[in-house]
Amino acid sequence: MATMTAATTTARSGIRTVEGAPLLELENVKMHFRTKGEGFLVRATKWVQAVDGVDLTVQPGETLGLVGESGCGKSTTARLITRLLEPTTGEIRYRGVDIAHMSERQLRPYRREIQLIFQDPYSSLNPRHTVGTIVGTALRTHDMVPKTGELSRVQELLEVVGLNPEHYNRYPHEFSGGQRQRIGIARALAARPKIIVADEPVSALDVSIQAQVMNLLENLRKELGIAFIFIAHDLGVVRHFCDRVAVMYLGRVVEEGPRDQLYEAPQHPYTQALLSAVPDIAVVRGVPPKQRIRLMGDVPSPVDPPSGCRFRTRCWKAQDICATQDPPLEEKAPDQRAACHFAAPPAESIVAGTA
Amino acid sequence: MSDQTLRAPQTVTRAPRARHGDEEAYLEVTDLHVQFPTADGRVHAVQGLSYSLPLRRTLAIVGESGSGKSVSSMAILGLHDPKSTWISGSIKVGGKEIVGMSQKDLMHYRGVDAAMIFQDPQSSLHPYFTVGDQIMESYRTHNNVSKRAAKARAIDMLGRVGIPNPGRRVSQYPHEFSGGMRQRAMIAMALVNDPKLLIADEPTTALDVTVQAQILDLIADLQRDFGSAVVFITHDLGVVAEISDDILVMYAGSAIEHGPVDKILGQPLHPYSWGLLESIPAVSGTPGPLHPIPGTPPSLLAVPSGCPFHPRCEYRDRVPDDLCRTLKPELIPRTADTGRTSRCHLKEPDRIFETEVLPRLP
Repeated sequence: MATMTAATTTARSGIRTVEGAPLLELENVKMHFRTKGEGFLVRATKWVQAVDGVDLTVQPGETLGLVGESGCGKSTTARLITRLLEPTTGEIRYRGVDIAHMSERQLRPYRREIQLIFQDPYSSLNPRHTVGTIVGTALRTHDMVPKTGELSRVQELLEVVGLNPEHYNRYPHEFSGGQRQRIGIARALAARPKIIVADEPVSALDVSIQAQVMNLLENLRKELGIAFIFIAHDLGVVRHFCDRVAVMYLGRVVEEGPRDQLYEAPQHPYTQALLSAVPDIAVVRGVPPKQRIRLMGDVPSPVDPPSGCRFRTRCWKAQDICATQDPPLEEKAPDQRAACHFAAPPAESIVAGTA
Repeated sequence: MSDQTLRAPQTVTRAPRARHGDEEAYLEVTDLHVQFPTADGRVHAVQGLSYSLPLRRTLAIVGESGSGKSVSSMAILGLHDPKSTWISGSIKVGGKEIVGMSQKDLMHYRGVDAAMIFQDPQSSLHPYFTVGDQIMESYRTHNNVSKRAAKARAIDMLGRVGIPNPGRRVSQYPHEFSGGMRQRAMIAMALVNDPKLLIADEPTTALDVTVQAQILDLIADLQRDFGSAVVFITHDLGVVAEISDDILVMYAGSAIEHGPVDKILGQPLHPYSWGLLESIPAVSGTPGPLHPIPGTPPSLLAVPSGCPFHPRCEYRDRVPDDLCRTLKPELIPRTADTGRTSRCHLKEPDRIFETEVLPRLP
């Protein structure tokens, strides 16, 4: 800690940075929500372990995909990174400085650097504000441009995201779903962020519009060098967009690695099951249908997760050790980490057509 | 680790579907039009849709929001309010005409001849009644049986759709079921009267992939056991590729391409189908740039003249005389293969697909 403060420098923007630190680092981050019991059990407080010990690293300009099924904690992780929630324990380091428990005032400059794009383009824009106000508010909040330059910057941003700059005085309801998502992107870009957390940014959109928005995000990433944490349940979308992928299950990261390695040689049984469940259009082009791993039962409740490995209740590899020892997330192949006592890639490729 | 043998995962392979099935159509839709008068004008949601489907086959209807895929399927069950909907054309299910059928007859027809599974099991099950009550109600409406017999039937159905411990589950409420379990309960309710036609409207869209795989397997298994015809509405072409025999692509209220699934997804002939294929990031193959369709789907209040897709079509300049803007093409065979139809003026669409579109696909 002492060495860290020594290397800390305060930039012009008012944020401190540590030389050589990754852009974003999560270390053993936990978020436990309290729930109350019902009826006469009202005092029986239980804790929902929504996120329970997540470690992640993002380098500048990198895109990290976060996948997993509903309830695995990926959206909670997004809200922790953007500090819409304060974690129960753990460190969230932005360029080496822990922002996990900063006050709102201290956070201000960091909020500018870490922006969020929401899933639902209908509920994330204020219907009573014009597009100019929505994007302009982001500019004003972070003192991005002098008052006189506000309108021209708003128009510039609208143009960047592929909207007509003349439409700055229109209201959200005058736009289609895909266009609204572009407004949300323009608002995030207004603060010139270093990292954008995108929580299911394309899953509410139609296929053809989804591809348009994905291409836009990809161009922005290339041109502006923004790092992304891209949360999605669509494994095709994540594969298309991300350099690295982390798979979450019941509040933990179970596997993390470079995209191609993770899709072609997944080490964790859950990653294998997830990939094998994706319907693949390639079967009509003569690719033989793949073996589908059938998982039994449902995801256990995060209030009372299984002991040891959390996936063991549905895992075909589970042995006695899985119930007693929690497998750590460690390197199983070069640059690829998995949390499993019996991690091994499948005998043959799971995603059809890669062999 | 080495002294214990590791078990292999339990796997299933969804084999390519053997395309048999009866030739005689069980469901026959002819020149169906559905219109809703609204304050902004008349919404022409379905514009002259025709198709047929024999028993033991699955037809996937694919399209984006507002393409008319759900509206046309709701018409098959007679779910539109006759006071606020104009329906013309003909829908024949097992020889019965549905268009213009009285509410009383519809009540008897629904559930027995045709049933529907909805996208959102959370809002399609009544939260105030147990799952068993809801299945029993549907059974007793059409069968004069005792409560005890109906309950036995409900337990049997819950077991058949793969709900563990159905005897206990039957008296639980929907909120006690997980999302996948609720969808299974919905399917049990739809199938309780052995309908010959099952309409599944995005039955897996709200579910996670591993649960989706379970439900798709279940629907395929049940179809084999019950010998029903299935209309599967979805926007996920991966799902279509794995579970359907035929596919109907809809755009702005009209069918634009219809035929066997391997043909339509393997070698589509309509520029809109090409655009869909080029918009999907694949889980396999080499990731390449996406080539999305420009623009947005049209409003059904103001459908473009001629071919409804022409404002977004990149190939319209190859058709002479501005035909795409002025004349709506017919849904007819465009190549030597007469088993498939498409609605497009382009000459030699198969050659354009092979030489220009296919190289761009992953």
